[in-house]
Amino acid sequence: MIEVDIERRVPGFELSAKFSAPAGVTTLFGASGAGKTMIVNMIAGLARPDRGRITIAGRTLFDSEAGVNLPPEKRRLGYVFQEPRLFPHMSVAANLRYGMRLVAEAERTLEFDPVVGLLGLGPLLKRLPHRLSGGETQRVAIGRALLASPRLLLMDEPLASLDDQRRGEILPFIENVSRTFAVPVIYVTHALDEVTRLADTVVLVSAGRIEAVGPVGEIMARLDLRQLTERRDAGAVLDVTVESHDDADGLTALTFAGGRLTVPRLQVPPGTALRLRVQARDVALALEAPKAISTLNILRGTVMEVGDGQGPQTNVLVDVGAPLFARLTRRSVRELGLEPGRTVYALIKSVAVDWPAGGGETP
Amino acid sequence: MFTLSPAEADALLLSLRVSLVATFVSLPLGLLTAWVLARRDFWGKSILDAIIHLPLVVPPVVVGYLLLVLLGRNGPVGGFLYDVFGITVAFTWQGAAVAAAVMAFPLMVRAIRLSIEAADQRLETAARTLGAGPLRVFATVTLPQILPGILVGVVLAFARALGEFGATITFVSNIPGETRTLPLAIFGLLQVPGTDEAVIRLVVISIAVAFAALIASEILSRRISRRLRGTA
Repeated sequence: MIEVDIERRVPGFELSAKFSAPAGVTTLFGASGAGKTMIVNMIAGLARPDRGRITIAGRTLFDSEAGVNLPPEKRRLGYVFQEPRLFPHMSVAANLRYGMRLVAEAERTLEFDPVVGLLGLGPLLKRLPHRLSGGETQRVAIGRALLASPRLLLMDEPLASLDDQRRGEILPFIENVSRTFAVPVIYVTHALDEVTRLADTVVLVSAGRIEAVGPVGEIMARLDLRQLTERRDAGAVLDVTVESHDDADGLTALTFAGGRLTVPRLQVPPGTALRLRVQARDVALALEAPKAISTLNILRGTVMEVGDGQGPQTNVLVDVGAPLFARLTRRSVRELGLEPGRTVYALIKSVAVDWPAGGGETP
Repeated sequence: MFTLSPAEADALLLSLRVSLVATFVSLPLGLLTAWVLARRDFWGKSILDAIIHLPLVVPPVVVGYLLLVLLGRNGPVGGFLYDVFGITVAFTWQGAAVAAAVMAFPLMVRAIRLSIEAADQRLETAARTLGAGPLRVFATVTLPQILPGILVGVVLAFARALGEFGATITFVSNIPGETRTLPLAIFGLLQVPGTDEAVIRLVVISIAVAFAALIASEILSRRISRRLRGTA
């Protein structure tokens, strides 16, 4: 359990953040300059709140009233920065062992070999940081932070300095880290796809305040959170269970609160819990049940909300048993007469499947 | 074959000893001063900075005189050292080392300070989050980064100490075998007519020593930066 209640004022900016989150991955999501990094720095002990309390798993790191303020080296948190900050004069192996050597053997929760294996660092161990690519460097930084056996891993936009291809390479590693090693993670980002992919809990940060906190599915379904509504990359998160496989057609049937979905064959046994991401731009709406159409996944639902932004396109929130977004032109919204309460059929063109959900413990 | 006379060998060895002691004994203090000036803000920082740089701008004779006043047996510091510990540095080779160290100090501090200011503090922050306390961070992260700057500071200080003349002759005089370093020996010979050859020999020795020191430092600095940047 992560409990944060802090305030800090610097010239021209006021931050007041109060939230608590269970273990698992908590994303601090918001625009640049919202104060996300400052929150993480205060948790890490790199910046001092003017007032407040920070507690991680029952251990108080900061408490202005009790006069507690642990220095960063006593907090036992891992921190993966935006730039990797590897020590240039040490080999990859020495970088990885830097924090590990400072933890008493009895207190080590993570061992060298599994971490190196998971992050694919084996072939890099003897190299020096300047001989690594951007993606490799960031993987080493993640490994280094993990090997210090942190009680909480802080990641401040670890993918921000990478191009899209590298981001795609690293994301699965980060996903695996939280699930495999059961280390709680606070992940700062302003990329929505990282939130939907990684988050268990979302903390929405805006202009130095916490706008909303909650499970990712719930937060993503709230159209009133204007930060999300007018974004092209809005999307919904569905928790589904594998029902059965159709080997003849190479398909897999999934069930969720709102019904059934069919997707290309997945290599997981029936009963497995998965998380699906459905991007708003992959959903179309129809007023009548379409016939003679190639789309396999058509769900009946009710319009909950229509976005009120100014652009040519907007997001419409549809309740199909679970919240789903559709990105439509404003003209379509008008011509179909979409308004809350209207029954519609959502045509889902594609979904992205994440690794088994709930693999990490979320007490 | 160039063989040194006993007097020349004395002067050379004394010069090396005085310069090495001056450089390496003042190094920890120089490192600390440079770090404080680079990283800390406090009241009177510019005054401290000015005091440290003073030997660079006032005539060496003035520094020598001040040392004599302070550290002489009747001076406030020298008197205390003598009364309590029975130590006196005036007119000894240790005194020559003190004079050389004071004169070389600003050069050493400047070079090290610049490298500390250039060191990447974000790496230090990263080390802190990995569980390293401030001292360990300095030893394992800061120090390796500023090693080239320390080397420059040491070489500059050593060279300055080797050439020290004014403050030394004022503070500890020109005593053969005790305070007569190479520059002082050359000066002494110049006072006597018909010693041209002896002067030239000492000049050659001085140049050779300075040259050797510079080359050694160049090799060392290349090796350090290669290891640091890992371009080995």
